[in-house]
Amino acid sequence: MIGGLFIYNHKGEVLISRVYRDDIGRNAVDAFRVNVIHARQQVRSPVTNIARTSFFHVKRSNIWLAAVTKQNVNAAMVFEFLYKMCDVMTAYFGKISEENIKNNFVLIYELLDEILDFGYPQNSETGALKTFITQQGIKGQPQTKEEQSQITSQVTGQIGWRREGIKYRRNELFLDVLESVNLLMSPQGQVLSAHVSGRVVMKSYLSGMPECKFGMNDKIVIDKQGKGGTTDEPGKSGKQSIAIDDCTFHQCVRLSKFDSERSISFIPPDGEYELMRYRTTKDIILPFRVIPLVREVGRTKLEVKVVIKSNFKPSLLAQKIEVRIPTPLNTSGVQVICMKGKAKYKASENAIVWKIKRMAGMKESQISAEIELLPTNDKKKWARPPISMNFEVPFAPSGLKVRYLKVFESKLNYSDHDVIKWVRYIGRSGIYETRC
Amino acid sequence: MRGLAVFISDIRNCKSKEAEIKRINKELANIRSKFKGDKALDGYSKKKYVCKLLFIFLLGHDIDFGHMEAVNLLSSNKYTEKQIGYLFISVLVNSNSELIRLINNAIKNDLSSRNPTFMCLALHCIANVGSREMAEAFAGEIPRILVAGDTMDSVKQSAALCLLRLYKTSPDLVLMGEWTSRVVHLLNDQHMGVVTAAISLITCLSQKNPDEFKTCVSLAVSRLSRIVSSASTDLQDYTYYFVPAPWLSCKLLRLLQCYPPPEDGAVKGRLVECLETILNKAQEPPKSKKVQHSNAKNAILFEAISLIIHYDSEPNLLVRACNQLGQFLQHRETNLRYLALESMCTLASSEFSHEAVKTHIETVINALKTERDVSVRQRAADLLYAMCDRSNAKQIVAEMLSYLETADYSIREEMVLKVAILAEKYAVDYSWYVDTILNLIRIAGDYVSEEVWYRVIQIVINRDDVQGYAAKTVFEALQAPACHENMVKVGGYILGEFGNLIAGDPRSSPLVQFNLLHSKFHLCSVPTRALLLSAYIKFINLFPETKSTIQEVLRSDSQIRNSDVELQQRAVEYLKLSSIASTDVLATVLEEMPPFPERESSILAKLKKKKGPGAVSVNELEEGKREGGELNGGGERGGDSSAIASTPSPSADLLGLRAGPPVTAAAPSAGSLLVDVFSEAGVNDDGFLRFVCKNNGVLFENQLLQIGIKSEYRQNLGRMYLFYGNKTSVQFVTFTTTVTCPGDTLVLEPLIEGGAQVQQVINIECLTDFSDAPLLNIKFRYGGALQNLTLKLPVTINKFFQPTEMASHDFFQRWKQLSLPQQEAQKIFKANHAMDTEVLKAKLLGLGMALLENVDPNPENFVCAGVIQTKAQQVGSLLRLEPNAQAQMYRLTVRSSKDTVSKRLCELLAEQF
Repeated sequence: MIGGLFIYNHKGEVLISRVYRDDIGRNAVDAFRVNVIHARQQVRSPVTNIARTSFFHVKRSNIWLAAVTKQNVNAAMVFEFLYKMCDVMTAYFGKISEENIKNNFVLIYELLDEILDFGYPQNSETGALKTFITQQGIKGQPQTKEEQSQITSQVTGQIGWRREGIKYRRNELFLDVLESVNLLMSPQGQVLSAHVSGRVVMKSYLSGMPECKFGMNDKIVIDKQGKGGTTDEPGKSGKQSIAIDDCTFHQCVRLSKFDSERSISFIPPDGEYELMRYRTTKDIILPFRVIPLVREVGRTKLEVKVVIKSNFKPSLLAQKIEVRIPTPLNTSGVQVICMKGKAKYKASENAIVWKIKRMAGMKESQISAEIELLPTNDKKKWARPPISMNFEVPFAPSGLKVRYLKVFESKLNYSDHDVIKWVRYIGRSGIYETRC
Repeated sequence: MRGLAVFISDIRNCKSKEAEIKRINKELANIRSKFKGDKALDGYSKKKYVCKLLFIFLLGHDIDFGHMEAVNLLSSNKYTEKQIGYLFISVLVNSNSELIRLINNAIKNDLSSRNPTFMCLALHCIANVGSREMAEAFAGEIPRILVAGDTMDSVKQSAALCLLRLYKTSPDLVLMGEWTSRVVHLLNDQHMGVVTAAISLITCLSQKNPDEFKTCVSLAVSRLSRIVSSASTDLQDYTYYFVPAPWLSCKLLRLLQCYPPPEDGAVKGRLVECLETILNKAQEPPKSKKVQHSNAKNAILFEAISLIIHYDSEPNLLVRACNQLGQFLQHRETNLRYLALESMCTLASSEFSHEAVKTHIETVINALKTERDVSVRQRAADLLYAMCDRSNAKQIVAEMLSYLETADYSIREEMVLKVAILAEKYAVDYSWYVDTILNLIRIAGDYVSEEVWYRVIQIVINRDDVQGYAAKTVFEALQAPACHENMVKVGGYILGEFGNLIAGDPRSSPLVQFNLLHSKFHLCSVPTRALLLSAYIKFINLFPETKSTIQEVLRSDSQIRNSDVELQQRAVEYLKLSSIASTDVLATVLEEMPPFPERESSILAKLKKKKGPGAVSVNELEEGKREGGELNGGGERGGDSSAIASTPSPSADLLGLRAGPPVTAAAPSAGSLLVDVFSEAGVNDDGFLRFVCKNNGVLFENQLLQIGIKSEYRQNLGRMYLFYGNKTSVQFVTFTTTVTCPGDTLVLEPLIEGGAQVQQVINIECLTDFSDAPLLNIKFRYGGALQNLTLKLPVTINKFFQPTEMASHDFFQRWKQLSLPQQEAQKIFKANHAMDTEVLKAKLLGLGMALLENVDPNPENFVCAGVIQTKAQQVGSLLRLEPNAQAQMYRLTVRSSKDTVSKRLCELLAEQF
C-alpha cells in the first residue's frame, strides 16, 4: 500500500509531503530528490527502487508527483491512483503548476486525507468529492444532520459517484470520442507498427438517477446481431464494425452486463468523466502519409524533401498539422522552401518544424530543404531519427462509431427523446513517425 | 566578452534540464553557422566562441568541432586569445593526427619565441596534456630551455615542472644525459622559485638514477645552510610568516633523504650544523602567534628529523631530535602529537636513540589512554611496540592488555598480535608468557587469530618447564562460566597433552578435567569440537579410568551420528581405536606430541603482511632477516602430523594443528585474512619458471585454489589442460578465466566448459617466435569478495623444439655458420642448485632439445641442438653449457638463426640451473 505521497517542484523542493505509514521515514523525501530528480543521468523508469523503497513518479509539466512504498504493491494501481490524483487536482484548481499547488496546499492536504486512507485509495470521483470538500471554506452555518447523513450514505452507498436529487431544466449529454493514433512507418511506406488508443469522455447534465445505455460498432456485438437475423444487413454492418483489442470502463459501468450481453449500461456521474478507454490495432485509417527523400551531397550538404498526403474524405479538414524533420547535429545553416504553411529551422531542437493550419482530405503538400553541414572530426554517422508529425482530424481513425446512447429515467417524467445529445469525434496524433 | 557572460547567465537561469539543452543546441547551431568556412572571424569572436564551446563541454556535452579554430587562436599574438586556445586544447585534446601536428607546431613556435609569457603558456599546455605524443615531441627541447642561460626565471620554473610531469608519464623518453650536471647546478640559481621547481625535478630523477645526480648533495647542503642561516628578512618574497623559504627547505631535506650521509667531512659538518640550527630554532620562542608560522617551522623540523633518522649515524642529533619530539608529545595540537608519535616510532628503532625514546614511556602510555583521536592512539600503540625491550616488556604488555579492553575495534586485532609478539619475544619466564596470552584470549578472544594460539601451544610443547604451569592455568581459566572458544581450544589441547601433570590434585582429577572440557563442548563450533574429540582420545591414553565415560560420550548419537562428516569420522574412529587397540598400541599412537621445529613466529609474519612493508619498523624487519626468511614455513611442517597415523582424513593431524599459514586453509573463519593473499595484485610468475623444463605440474597454489597443468606439444602446435581445484568447502561463484596473449604470436583458443567442470583445454599454435608468455586471468567470488588472479601461462619458446641429432663434426660446422654477433647470446651466472650431472641432463632434455653426447671435447660440457617450429619459420638453435664446479658458475651460450630466439632462450635457461 502507498506509504506516502510527495509533490516536488522542478528544483526538487518539496511542496507537499503526506506520509501515511510509519515505515516511510523523512529521509525518503531526500532519497527521491537525490536519486531521481537530481540524478546525473536522466531517470527514464517511472518506478525507482532506492534502499528497498519503491518510488512511483509521474511528471506534470515541472511538477513531480511521487508515491512511496516499502511493500510489494500493484504498480498499475499506484499509477492509476496518481493519474486520478492529477485529474482531481485539475478539476479543483485547473493547471497543475507550482503556483497553483502553493496556493491550494490546504485543499490538497484535505484531498489527500480523503482519497487515501492509511495508504489505501478511496473514492476519487471528483463529482462526489466536490460535495464535501469545497474551496469556499466553512459555510455560514454547520451542515444539518440530514445533509451529513446524506453525504455518509452516498459515500458509503452503492452508487458512490452520484448523489440523489439532481435536477436540470435542460437534460443535456455531451459525448466525445478522443483517439490518438500511433504509427511507425519505414521509408518505403511499410507500416511497422500502428495502434489507436481511444477514450470516450462524457459530460452529462441529467436529472434524477438515469440509467444509460451506450452502443457502438463493436464487432462482437454487430456479429451477434447479424447472426440473430435482425433487420440490419449483415454485409454492411460487418464492414463498418471494429475489433477492439482491450478496453477499460469507468466504475459506473455494470461489468456483469458487459460480460454477459456486451452491452454498456450505467448510471452516469454528474459532470465530466471518462466512460471508457480502448485500444485497436486492426484496420486503422492512417490520416496522413509522409514520404521522405534525403540525399547527402558530399560531406557538407544534405537535401531533404518531404511530401505529406492526407488520406481521408475531401470534405473533412485536418487541423494543427506540424511536421518535424530532424537535422544533423553539425548543421550550420538551413534553407527551406514550402508551398503551404510555414517552415522554420529551430536550432534549439535540432529540427525543421513545418506548420500547416488546415488541410482538406485527399490533398498533398511538400517541403524541400537544403541543409549545410560543418565538417567535424569524429566519424560518427548521423543516426537519422524519424520524421514525426502532429495533427488533429474530425473523425475517429479507428473507425469507431457511436450507434446509440439511450437514457431511461423511470421516476422522473422525461424520456430519451427529451435529452439533447452531442457527439464529437476527434482524432489526434500520438507518436506518428516515419523513418527517413 | 559579453556574449559569453550572457550565455552563461542564460544557462544558469534555465528552469529545467530540457531548457538548458535547448539553449545549448541553439548556441551550438549559432557557433556552427559562425564557424562555417565562408566567413572570416576576427580573433575576438573566435575566442568568444571557443570559450562558449569549452563551457558547453565542461557542462558535459560532446563537442566535435571548433578544434581548428582553437588551434588558430594559438597563432594569435594576443595573450588572452592564445591563453584560451591553449586552455581549449589542454581540456579537449584527442590524439587526432592532423591536429596534433598543428598543435605541436604552434607550441614549437611559442617555445622558440622570445616572449616569456608565451613560452610559459606553451609549457603549461605540454604539462597539462602530458601525453606520450607530447613527450615524444618536446622531451628533447625542454631541458635545453631549462638550462639555457638567457631563459627568464619564470620560464625556467615552468620548464622544470613540465619536464617533471613528462618524466612521470613517460620516463623512457626523457633522457637527461648531458644536461644532468647543468640541471643539478640549477640548485645554485639566484632565483628561489627556480630552485624550488628544479628540486622537485631533481628529487624525482635522482630516485631513479641516484648515481648520476650524486653531485646534488653538496649543492643541496650549501643551499640549505644558506637558507637556514639567513635572517628571516633576507629572502624577501620567500619568507613565509617569518620562516625563510619553508617549502624549499623541506624539499632540500627530502632530496637529501635519497642519499646516504655525505662522505666529504666538510659537507657533512655543514649539514650537521644546519640540522643543529633547525633543532635550535625549534627551541626559540615563536616569532608569531599565527598557526602558519608554527606549521612552516614544524614542517622543516619534521623533515629534518626524518633526515636524521635516515642517516642514523649522529647519536647526538638523534637524541636531540628525540627530546624535541618528546616536547611535542604533550603539545596542544593533535596533529603535532600524531607526527611526533609517528617519527618516534622510527627513532625507536635506531640503536642510538632507543634509550632516549624509552624515557617517554609514561607520556606515551598516557596518550594511549587519554587521546581522543583513534589514529593518534594507534600511533601510540605502534610506538609502545617499537620502544619495547626486555627491560620494559612487562610494563608495556600490561598497559597494552589493559588498554585492549577499551580499545577501538578497528585496531584490536593488530593490538592482539602485537601483545602476542612482545610477550613471546621478551618473555623471561614462560609462565609469564602463558599468563599473558591466556589473559589476551580472555580479554579479546574474538580478535585472537589462529596463529596466536597455535604459537602458545608450540611454545608450551617445546618447553618442558612450563607445561605443568600451563595445564594448571588453563584449567583455572576454563572454570570461568563463560570463556572464549579460543580458550577452549588451547585448554583442550593442553589438557589433552599435559592433563596428567595436574591430575594429582583432587580438585583437578581426570574426571573433573574431562567434565570441565565437555561442559564447553556443545557451545563450540565444529573445528573446536573436532579438537576436543581428539583431546578426549588422548585422555583415554593418559587416564585409563576415564575410558568408559569417554566411550559413552563418543558412542552417543550426537557424536557417532553427527551430521558433520569430520566429527562423525573422528567419533567412530576414536571409539573403535579405544575399544580395539591394546594399551601399548594406544600409548604409541597417542604419544605426547614431539617438539615443534623452531622457526620464525608465524604471528610476526602475519603482522608484517597486515601492515605492509612500509609500516613495519626497521627493527622488526631485521628481526625477520636474522631468523631466516622462511616466512612460509618451508617444508618442515610434516613433523607434527605423523603423531596419529590412523586418521585418514585429509586434515589428519591431531587437533588440526599445524604451524604457519597452510593451516588457515582449513579454517573458514579466517576468511578475511586469507583473501589478502589474492589481493596482492600483479602477475604471479613464480610458478612460471619451473615449467621451462617440464610440462606437467602445479602452476599455482594458495589457500583457496590450486591450478594444475598438463601440456603436450607437437611441432608448432600445443595443447594445455588446466585443472582448477577448489580447496575450500565453499563454492566459487562466477568463476571466469580469460587468456590474453601479448602480441599476436600465439593463437590460443580457450574452451571453457561451464558449470561444475574444472578442466579447461587451451589449444596453442606458435605463429612466430615470441618472448612474452600469455597471461591467464582468473576471476571468481569467494565468500562475497571478488578474487582476481593473473598468472603467466608457462608457454615458452622452447616448448616448440624438435630435437635434432647430429654428429660432432656437423655440430661444429653449424656452430661456425651461426657466427654473426647478434645470433649468439651468452650468459655467465651462478649456480642456484647443486651441480649434479644427471639433474642437468634431465633439465636439458626437458628443454626439448636433443642432448648430444660425445660432441664437446670437454666431457663436463653439454651441447644440445634443436629446431624451433613456428608457423612462420623454423629456427635452428644450438646450445652449449659449460659448468665450472670450482666457482659454482655456468657459462651458457646459445646460437640460433634468429637473434631474438637466442636471447630469449638464454634468459629462460639462466634461471634454471
